Amino acid sequence: MALTGVQIFKLLPKTNCKKCGFPTCLAFAMKLAQGGVELSACPDVSDEAVKTLGEASAPPIRSFALGVGDKAVKMGGENVMFRHDKKFINPCALAVNIADTLSDDDIAAKATEVAHSEMDRVGQHLRIDAISVEYASGDVSKYEGAVKIAAEKAPDAAIILNCSDAAAAEAAVKAIADRKPLICGANDATAEAMAAIAKANSVPLVASADGLEALSALTEKIKGLGVENIVLDSGAKTAKDIIEHNTQIRRSALKKSFKPLGYPIINFVIRDDSILEASIASVAIAKYSSIVVLSSIEKWKNLALFTQRQNIYTDPQVPMQVEQKIYEITDPTADSPLMITTNFSLTYFIVSGEIENSKVPSRLAVMDCEGLSVLTAWAAGKFTAAKIANFITESGVGDQISKKELILPGQVAILSGALEDKLEGWKITVGPREANAIPTYLKSR
Amino acid sequence: MSYVVPKETCNGKVLSVDFGTGDKALAIGGENTMPFLSFEGEQPNRPVIAYEIQDCPPDDWPDTVKEVYKDVSGDPVSWAKHCQDKLGAKAIALRLVSTHPDRGDKSAEDASKTIKDVLAAINIPLIILGSNNIEKDSAVLVAAAEAASGNNCIIGKAQEGNYKTIVAAALAHNHKLIAMSELDINLAKQLNILITQMGFDKEKLITDPMCSGLGYGLEYTYSVMERIRLAGLMQNDATMQPPILGDVGMYVWKVKEVVAPESDVPEWGALEERGIIWETVTATSLILAGANLLIMRHPQAVDHVEKSIDELK
Repeated sequence: MALTGVQIFKLLPKTNCKKCGFPTCLAFAMKLAQGGVELSACPDVSDEAVKTLGEASAPPIRSFALGVGDKAVKMGGENVMFRHDKKFINPCALAVNIADTLSDDDIAAKATEVAHSEMDRVGQHLRIDAISVEYASGDVSKYEGAVKIAAEKAPDAAIILNCSDAAAAEAAVKAIADRKPLICGANDATAEAMAAIAKANSVPLVASADGLEALSALTEKIKGLGVENIVLDSGAKTAKDIIEHNTQIRRSALKKSFKPLGYPIINFVIRDDSILEASIASVAIAKYSSIVVLSSIEKWKNLALFTQRQNIYTDPQVPMQVEQKIYEITDPTADSPLMITTNFSLTYFIVSGEIENSKVPSRLAVMDCEGLSVLTAWAAGKFTAAKIANFITESGVGDQISKKELILPGQVAILSGALEDKLEGWKITVGPREANAIPTYLKSR
Repeated sequence: MSYVVPKETCNGKVLSVDFGTGDKALAIGGENTMPFLSFEGEQPNRPVIAYEIQDCPPDDWPDTVKEVYKDVSGDPVSWAKHCQDKLGAKAIALRLVSTHPDRGDKSAEDASKTIKDVLAAINIPLIILGSNNIEKDSAVLVAAAEAASGNNCIIGKAQEGNYKTIVAAALAHNHKLIAMSELDINLAKQLNILITQMGFDKEKLITDPMCSGLGYGLEYTYSVMERIRLAGLMQNDATMQPPILGDVGMYVWKVKEVVAPESDVPEWGALEERGIIWETVTATSLILAGANLLIMRHPQAVDHVEKSIDELK
């Protein structure tokens, strides 16, 4: 719970020395409560005040990385329950589980699949972020070997040690210490041993318990043993437990400032049926998971889950934009029509979808209007005759088509005269007002 | 620090709407909690999935879903029976595509006959959808409401530009009504108010805030649904308490990801599974946001969403 200005004031030296740049300690305290200044601006603050204020100002959900290097995945740090309130910040990691009972070749093949899972979507590079290596063999040296193979074949992936045996976990952590694997995890019986390994190797640790009451007690215990980067495993397996536990965890952390559950969440969604597994994974992605562990990573499944994660984690206050360029739809020829619209992603998706539906090969000029829709962009002065003329001229599209004709959205018919003046040699045609009229329009031309 | 379950009790409740007749009748809505949070409220009715069929062959559906119905889709009656008897459909959504001026321009009388034939062939509830042409729907859905009189159907969609005649017809023939607006909570609220001001009972309304497919604006539909649900439950806004429809199939089965063959996009993997998963993940996401009724196309996607609901309940 954030402290009030008066509560903070009580912890300050109350000397009104002005060294912080504020006329009084109270003024400084008030600003601090609003988050407008750092406590370090006070040179005389006591250690006790630093500790108290530090704890009070810590984010409600602890934030740290899974893995190392530039492909590490930041987890936690979330501030809201619903994405329309404010952006969900750190997209969850997707992981695939590999049992150490597989042959070395099979482990290598699966890890290689992870290494090659990257694909691009709407300007983002998306990939399977992590490998969970499961200790199923009961043979520590076999496990250590499996972990090494996985780490070597997927050099950018984070490694999760899915292992509740302390001796095996310790051997595996030491084998790939530079990769800072996540140990998954400690239960009530193994907390001391696992916490010691996590602490000695500076790696994060999953706390695994059955239900949230036991989990809260366990994280307190692990924290008391000196491990700060904790990931929560509530034992949720069914979709119902995932949505209920994850909701209670996020709510406890954000609304009750309940520190024992103020950590990122890991969910295992493993099912025999891959599409059902994806469906349950989509529940975990939408509902607050930070790591979702799958059993298989077919390309079509990755594409669907990457896309859903991207949708959920989009900033609701920043319109999604697509790249400014001339999009070619179903192999246009020099005689195909040329239409123009703005780069708001929804506008683009709808317009390009309707052009595809028309089955008339076309070009669609998508102009950067900072992600605004046609009418809004026009009203904001970003979709004007001069700017359109400039874009069309610079795009060079005029050289690719036999007849210089540009079809304007019907909503901005008003621009046609001015645009004809500015785009010399071009014919400007007014198209339909609504996208759903595009197929009829194109077919009837 | 000991753990206390952080419960939130809602002042409002989603209205329960029943449709169909006899022992196959269904109810949706009725919950007093955000979706599937059984630790703090009741969700008496599970989300219902209706199979989408249309009054003409699905020439514009991608092959992977068209193929599934190739032996029955030439005729809406056999298509409806197939969904009911072979696929175990709980409800059918009949879209009167061929009444669209560009898709055959069939008359309201033609539509009425199709509806009567389909109703005679099935005993599960029927949802009757126009072709989404504002002017034409206004005539077609009025005739449809009459043709289906006594069957307690859901008809739609009433939109800002045509709601008056459709509302009057639904009222006269005692049907439930879908009110559709375009991805804006305020427009959804306003349309519900306009419709209830005509004397239409808000307990017979279903809100369609407009669907979007995964990757094609799903986040907008997701958040509008969540906001509608929160307004109805937390703020007890009576105009925001009708059940919510997600018209999933038609928004999914046209996007590039369900159409492009693997030979064109090898990095996307097998096309068949890609289509099924696309519809599944879209639908599952929307029931998390509050959708009570889904209209879907692929039987395997329906099965996977039903299994997900089994797990969520």
